[in-house]
Amino acid sequence: MGVEGIGARVVRKEDKRFITGKGRYVDDIKLVGMTHAHFIRSPHAHAKVKGIDSSAALKMPGVVAVLTGREIVDDKVGNLICGWAITSKDGSPMKMGAWPAMAPETVRFVGQAVAVVIAESKNLARDAAEAVAVDYEELPAVADVQAAIKSGAPQLHPEAPGNQVYDWVIGDEGATDAAFAKAANVVKLDVTNNRLAPNAMEPRAAIADYDAAEEHFTLYTTSQNPHVARLVLSAFYNIAPEHKLRVIAPDVGGGFGSKIFIYPEEMVALWASKKVGRPVKWTGDRTEAFLTDAHGRDHVTHAEMAFDANNKITGFKVKTYANFGAYMSLFSSSVPTYLYATLLSGQYNIPAIHAEVIGVYTNTTPVDAYRGAGRPEASYLIERLMETAARQLKVDPAELRRTNFITQFPHQTPVIMAYDTGDFNASLDAAMKAIDYAGFAARKAQAKSQGKLRGIGVSCYIEACGIAPSKAVGSLGAGVGLWESAEVRVNPVGTIEILTGSHSHGQGHETTFCQLVADRLGVPISQVSIVHGDTDKVQFGMGTYGSRSAAVGLTAILKAMEKMESKAKKIAAHALEASEADIVIENGEFKVTGTDKAIALPMVALAAYTAHNLPDGMEPGLKESAFYDPTNFTFPAGTYICELEVDPGTGKTSFVDFVAADDFGRLINPMIVEGQVHGGLVQGIGQALLEHAIYDANGQPVTASFMDYAMPRADDVPSFNLSHTTTLCPGNPLGIKGCGEAGAIGASAAVINAITDAIGKNNLEMPATPDRVWRTINAA
Amino acid sequence: MSTVKLTVNGKAVAVDVEDRTLLVQLLRDHLNLTGTHVGCDTSQCGACVVHMDGRAVKSCTMLAGQADGASITTIEGIAKGDELHPMQAAFRDNHGLQCGYCTPGMIMSAIDIVHRHGGQLDEATVRTELEGNICRCTGYHNIVKAVLDAAGRMKVSQAAE
Repeated sequence: MGVEGIGARVVRKEDKRFITGKGRYVDDIKLVGMTHAHFIRSPHAHAKVKGIDSSAALKMPGVVAVLTGREIVDDKVGNLICGWAITSKDGSPMKMGAWPAMAPETVRFVGQAVAVVIAESKNLARDAAEAVAVDYEELPAVADVQAAIKSGAPQLHPEAPGNQVYDWVIGDEGATDAAFAKAANVVKLDVTNNRLAPNAMEPRAAIADYDAAEEHFTLYTTSQNPHVARLVLSAFYNIAPEHKLRVIAPDVGGGFGSKIFIYPEEMVALWASKKVGRPVKWTGDRTEAFLTDAHGRDHVTHAEMAFDANNKITGFKVKTYANFGAYMSLFSSSVPTYLYATLLSGQYNIPAIHAEVIGVYTNTTPVDAYRGAGRPEASYLIERLMETAARQLKVDPAELRRTNFITQFPHQTPVIMAYDTGDFNASLDAAMKAIDYAGFAARKAQAKSQGKLRGIGVSCYIEACGIAPSKAVGSLGAGVGLWESAEVRVNPVGTIEILTGSHSHGQGHETTFCQLVADRLGVPISQVSIVHGDTDKVQFGMGTYGSRSAAVGLTAILKAMEKMESKAKKIAAHALEASEADIVIENGEFKVTGTDKAIALPMVALAAYTAHNLPDGMEPGLKESAFYDPTNFTFPAGTYICELEVDPGTGKTSFVDFVAADDFGRLINPMIVEGQVHGGLVQGIGQALLEHAIYDANGQPVTASFMDYAMPRADDVPSFNLSHTTTLCPGNPLGIKGCGEAGAIGASAAVINAITDAIGKNNLEMPATPDRVWRTINAA
Repeated sequence: MSTVKLTVNGKAVAVDVEDRTLLVQLLRDHLNLTGTHVGCDTSQCGACVVHMDGRAVKSCTMLAGQADGASITTIEGIAKGDELHPMQAAFRDNHGLQCGYCTPGMIMSAIDIVHRHGGQLDEATVRTELEGNICRCTGYHNIVKAVLDAAGRMKVSQAAE
């Protein structure tokens, strides 16, 4: 593998700027003449906007403009779109209300913008916002998904009667009912998947700069996918044609899905920049993040699983209500459908599955993809059910899983997905060994003697990553293709630039992507640089989410590398007067195999650019590009086991051990992969123990700062014991499955299974706060 | 408006600011020291931690005027030229950062933790002491490793001095 090649634990190239304070995030950028935006946001969950009086604000010093929702609609800036069409079971398309960038008439969640103040400084904009009088007529609001579907509930959008966006089904209902009719045992479970706020540490920000002479916009934004932002802003929001809009996502401080979407604030900043003729900057504060960053999860589910007399699963029925919030965000419609219900087979051989998903509007912040996006909800449901079943059927939970594991691949599930490869027994074995599963009973008894309730919880997750084969997602309603593009530029001196459509916001692409080049060419990674995050530099790209950057983005780089190497070998063969077939690349040199004849990469590159002596007919230069479209999803899978203790007097949970055995296929940089798992696990643990975005019955958010919303802190979580088992993904040449979301997908069920094991009661909702655990222990 | 006189990373500066200006705004907006970040506005996340007279403070939660006469050290001021501070090096070597946004505050807090505990640190102490710094990327595992590693390195470098 070489010291910097594939599989090496290479220290990250990008770290130096971050540890020395030289990172360049959007809020760090200042433009000449820059103004500052502050949004005026609705304090009501549902209200009519009767009028906006900005006369006093406009007289204040330093105020440049006050712009309203009416004006942005009148200027024909497009409404926000939802990019994945879902069809209800009756054949009707999903039912959506319009989402203007600022509300001209009706606000439907607390925090929705109605106007924006543009001023000479951030403080002046805030001051002036206080002086803008907005006249609201409050309307009844509904925040809870089950309340919203009741007759007589406040209605959000006339286009969606009963607040229902869609009623979607998947699977074979008849076959599933037949399985239940013959079942020896049926296990039932009601589960709520708590709403989460993503909370990337860098709040969203945007700087828009309109050049009137060129009729050209530049947007600096906190995006995971700047090209997608440009596409949507151009094609749907009428901001500017693509060649007149440059989108730059510089260093971005975490995303976790929340920075996939194109938000109203970017649209308003662009529009306002043209209006006022100056650059406009907006930087959100943390409360704005809680109010306006797309939330995650928020499902209410009833599920039933049928077993035969041998404890084999024969059928699985699921009904889920998904809370979408007040508007349909960019990919929201796909999350509880094609990213959730298609994973309901888990790691198990289930002959018949039927799922129904009802998408519902409420007067809350829009919900969309958050780390895992649908797959954590599926995994949590299945793994809670397996644990419940083991308890009901009185079998060991690990053994019940083993009894039902899929062991033959490829495996076609009843819910679209075709798993390509895996070894679920291997990861279960590895995790059980790591935690000494066999010794647990003795440890539990020991803990009991000290007054502690000890529990162990297993979670065997699978996810569909490497998002995604374009043809497949297109047939399911996606509005975009999900390939990736790359370009390899070898400079005349032999240094290499890799341009990628993937976007790093913590994932370490500047290191791992260089490792592929080092591996193939034998050059040090210091001679390679990664260019990303700028639509003027990189031709196109679909960005980073869905654990896709290695499986899809890096494969695109590989394809471009192969083309470049092919040409370089021709040049080398010509120079060495050898056959192209005899040229091998080693340690930065092109060698004639079996001889001592060689030419170094810089000499090949120089020959390509001087073009003095190239093979006849060859174009000068050494630069190749590729688009790579995967043929299937990838299927990372693994087992997490959590051992913990509950203090029965306080309900407080303390971790004893947490092991993770993941199969991600080939690892490029194990150090970075482990970091991804650590972070994902803590987001899953956060969901299980701490985090909950709460609304009161009137739609007022109760958790809108870090003082109310319990983020996991260092002393809330353990260190982890990680290991890997490996089945190479057959779907891409590098054998990569992806690792970005696994932790968040698998961890929460392990934690809740462990707590419910400890306290001997099965029904416990997330987050399992000490109060909630104590009440459950002491419930009659 | 007031003139705040202070020393920042060893250099004396005098800055005219509105009285309501926060220390972090003075650093970022007036001195262009953008390594210090704002993550929460409520003194919870610690992305804004700097040292004031050798002590870790949250620069989003004090007025610039309160730093008048003080000596401030930011993330930009802890390396000696090209030689990283042992805490910076430990964060890099232990993969104690991902997106980098919380990192400056983490490093500044961590240096203060090591100073206060005289290098007598264990995992539980580090985790408790990091209560005021939130990271969403790393799950803290490698941050804790980095701080423990740096505590050893700082002991060695102190002994050498």
